[in-house]
Order: sequence, then C-alpha cells, then structure tokens
Amino acid sequence: MSTYSLSDGLASGAPRLSRAPWLASWIRESGAGILASMAWIAFGLSCLWWEDVGDWSRTHSLGIAAFVIAAIALFGTVGADYLGSAGRALRQRAPWLVVLGVVLTLWEVATAKFAWLPLPFFPPPQSIIEVYTDDLPKLLDSVFASVKLQLGGYLIGATVGFLTGVSIGWSRAVGYWVHPVLRFIGPLPATAWLPIAFFTFPSSWSASTFLIALAAGFPVTVLTWSGVASVSNAYYDVARTLGAKPSFLVLKVAIPAALPHVFVGLFMGLGSSFAVLVVAEMIGVKAGLGWYLQWAQGWAAYANMYAALIVMSLLCSGAITLLFSIRDRLLVWQKGTVKW
Amino acid sequence: MVAATALTEIDAHPAAGAALDIEQVSHAFDIDGADLPVLSDVSISVEPGEFVALLGPSGCGKSTLLRLVAGLDKPKSGTLREDEARITRPHPSRVVVFQDPTLFPWRTVWDNVALGLEAQGILKSQRHRVDAALDLVGLSSFRNAYPHQLSGGMAQRVALARALVNDPKILILDEPLGKLDSLTRITMQAELVSLWQRKGFTTLLVTHDAEEALVLANRVIVFSDRPARVKADIRVDRPYPRHRGDPYLADLRRQILGLLGLDATW
Repeated sequence: MSTYSLSDGLASGAPRLSRAPWLASWIRESGAGILASMAWIAFGLSCLWWEDVGDWSRTHSLGIAAFVIAAIALFGTVGADYLGSAGRALRQRAPWLVVLGVVLTLWEVATAKFAWLPLPFFPPPQSIIEVYTDDLPKLLDSVFASVKLQLGGYLIGATVGFLTGVSIGWSRAVGYWVHPVLRFIGPLPATAWLPIAFFTFPSSWSASTFLIALAAGFPVTVLTWSGVASVSNAYYDVARTLGAKPSFLVLKVAIPAALPHVFVGLFMGLGSSFAVLVVAEMIGVKAGLGWYLQWAQGWAAYANMYAALIVMSLLCSGAITLLFSIRDRLLVWQKGTVKW
Repeated sequence: MVAATALTEIDAHPAAGAALDIEQVSHAFDIDGADLPVLSDVSISVEPGEFVALLGPSGCGKSTLLRLVAGLDKPKSGTLREDEARITRPHPSRVVVFQDPTLFPWRTVWDNVALGLEAQGILKSQRHRVDAALDLVGLSSFRNAYPHQLSGGMAQRVALARALVNDPKILILDEPLGKLDSLTRITMQAELVSLWQRKGFTTLLVTHDAEEALVLANRVIVFSDRPARVKADIRVDRPYPRHRGDPYLADLRRQILGLLGLDATW
C-alpha cells in the first residue's frame, strides 16, 4: 500500500516540474556561461570607462580582449552542443570564469582607476600584460635558465636517490654504511649548504645543481628505501620457488612493489627542490626566475615580480602535473590514486 | 571452468611426478635466543604421482615442512630428496601455492602466470604455455585484468595457473582453499583432483580440514601438536570422484578426528 501512495505522490508532482522543462534545463546548462560573459563585459567596461590614474599602454587592448573572452564564454556555452568536448569543457569551467571576471574587475577598479590599493606595490592587470609583451625575451631567458637548472638537478637527485634507496633497502652492507650518513646529512635543509657550496664549487651553476639534487635526493632515497624494505616476504618466496635469481628479485619484485612509495618521494623531492632553486637563483646564480624576481625588486618593478610569480607558479604546477601523469601511467594497477 | 574428466584411475600418469623422500627431518625456530622445535624426526616417503594430505592442529609445523620441501628454508637436521637429488634451494620443479594467492598486484593476470617462465628466461619461446595454463583454470577472458579486479576464488585459480605453467613435478599446496567460501571451495577441490589426474604431478597438500583431505588425497598423514611428529599414515583407497557422504570416508574421518583429540566433539 505504501508503495502505491509513494508513486501517486511522484505522479502528481511530475506535471508541476515539467511545465517549462526546456527553460529550466537551458538555464542550468548555459546560465553560468551567460553570467561569465557578463562578468567579463564588466571587466572590459571597467578598463575602458574611466581614465587610468597612471600611464599604462595596454589598457585599451586589455578591454578589447575582455570583450572577446566574454563573447567566447557566451557563444561557447550557449552553443556548446555544437562544439563537442571543447563546449562541454567550457560549460564545466564557466563558474570559474565568472569568479575570474569579477575578481579582475575589482582588481582593475581598485588599482588603475581609483588607486584604492597603494600604487607601485599593487600594479593593475594591464601593467602585468605589459611585462609579458615588452619584457618577453628576458622573461623567456629566465624561464629557460630555471627549467634547465631545475631539470638537471632534479634528474640527478632523483636518480641517485632512487639507486641509493634501492641499495639500502636491498643490501645490509650498504645500509650499514649509508644509513648513518643519510641520517646525518639528509634532514639538513639543502639551503643551509648555500654559502659553502658557492665557494667550493667551480661555478654557481654546478653548486646550485648539487643543492637541488641534494634537496630532491633525500626524500626519494628515504621513500624508495622504505618502499623496498616493506615489500612482503611472500612475494620473494613466490618468485624464488618459480626460479627467480637475485637480479629478478630486485628488478621485477622489489622495485615494482616499491614504486608507489618512490612516487611519494619524487613528489616531495620536487617540492623541496623548487624552494632550493628559487633561493639559489636569488643568491648566487645570475639567471632564472628567482634572479628575475630579485632584479625586479631592485628596480622596484613590481609588475615584473607579479608576472614572474605567475609564470613560476605555472611552471611548478606543470612539473607536478607531469609527474602525476607519469605516475598514473606506471601505476594503473593501483586503485584510487589521487587526482592532481 | 575445468572440465571434470571422468578419469577414475588413481595413478594415471605416474611418470610425470617426482618421488619425495623426507628423511629424519627436524627443525626449530630461533625465537629471542630460545630454540622452539617445530618438526621432530619426520620421515615420509612419497611415491611419484601420489596425492598426500598433511593434516594436523593449527600451528603444528606443517607449513614449515612445506617450506623445507620447497627449498625456501634448510632443515636443522635430516635430508629431503626429490628423485634422489638433495633439496637445497628452490627450484621450479617444486612449486608452492600459498594460502593467500600473493599475486603481484602490478602485473596483469597473464603476466602473473608468466612469472615463472620469465624468471627462468624462457618466456619468449614458451608464451603458449601461459595461454594454456590460463585455459586450464578457465580464466582466459581475464588475461588483462589486474589482481584487485578478481574475486578470491579467481585469484586463487590464477595462483594455481602460475604454479602449473612450470609443469611442476611436485605441487605444494599450503592450505590454498582455506580462505575461500564453502561453495567455491567445493568447486576448486573438484578442479584440483581433475588437474592432478590429468597432469600426474606429485601433490603435497597442507590442510586442517579432515574432510578436504579425505575427498582429495590418496594418503593422509596426521601430525601431532608442535613439535610435529607423524602420528598416523592413512591410505584412502577410494576411486574419484569421491562423495562426501561415503560411509567409508565418514569412518576414516571419525578415526582422524579421534587422533587429533576431537572425537568427543564429533
């Protein structure tokens, strides 16, 4: 009986909901896109409506660009059904576009138009755009230098750390000698070595590479080691009864089983090596984004600092995305890994 | 699934199995400096192709004996021989199936089964054996699945295929069905008997289920409490497939439970 009354209630409720179903679903699907478009029109208007309080050359182009983005947001979400996966992706991100548009509008008004925020320290959006267009070669050089230094140091550190970790985990003798050294040196922040490294190494570049490798190597070593040490003996027993030699036990049992730990180490090492990279570039290396930041501060070029910070954040985030996608590819056998 | 062939002859392929001689083997564990004896003067002689069940109270040392037969550990005294050759280390002619399937989670089902051939460096030329072993346990369609996608019974069948792909002369089963539900267990028991009849390997099964021992084995060896000694060596002369309700088996079961000190509860 109770099921009867339940379905009756559902049936009587249905017509009320379906009075204008196309309108409801249209608003649900495209509403955020229309809002986003309005937010970006507001941003464009805020650029063009008032006079700038300072002298910035990109205000007009930025306003036009905001209108273009508003148009893309509008037509992209309304016509998403004809745009395939790009349309779906745009619809999904439309709420974020709304927030971005609103924040940019407030930023523009609070800096370039009415200077509510004190001026050289809080540059308006157009001055950051100006950095990207006018100072591009220097910025690109810095990006290239940073990537080169980071990549070299990190790869060396990760490789050495991985090999050390496997050897400590596998061999008692290696563990006996390396473990105390690791305990003594490892926890020391790599930046503490900076003053010594810069005069003992032949160049600031090799010193920084060493420090980045050190910062990346420690967590990779410890996590690889604990990964190898925690491999269940049952796996070795199975492999041995099937005729496995020691090399097979290391390469095909210990290392694959330890790989989830290794990736945690690689992730932690990446984070701490970023810190060393920036500090090393600020102190000793005459190139890279850290150096660019330092240089911009010297000239009180605050827009350049924000511009460099944004690039730096994109690079670090990109590096972590890359690492995670490699992990996801290698560890497909794991259930429920974290999505970055 | 494995086709239940109507083979009833016990020693269908005596040539495929190896003889196993366990001679006066004693073993002890070293726990915090104290010797804990687990096996005391155990002597068992297994004919090629025999299916021997080792039955005893839990923790009595049966599994230790299996590890010695596999060559994973060395006995404190006594010798073990496979076809007259002394067992000193693991060899793919003696393969163990453990209570947990212990499949490698990072390998697909196919790659897990291929493990032995790969470890011996002969996988390239012998890939068909992996396919055949998967066929044998009826899991060909799961070849690309990862272990976490399998049920307990399926995982244990993969473990069985991983052992059988090596064409072992002695198959060592350490309570391989212990953690399965009772229905899967009965199915797998039938599959084990049919595999053993077809392949003819010598089988050593550790179990603490008297009924399982009697349904599967043609010889049941009963162990005492730790340190394990051979308490009784019982021939089970009944054709396969056996029926759980068989009065002859029921009688043997009563005897065995009596030996284990459980007759009052039965």
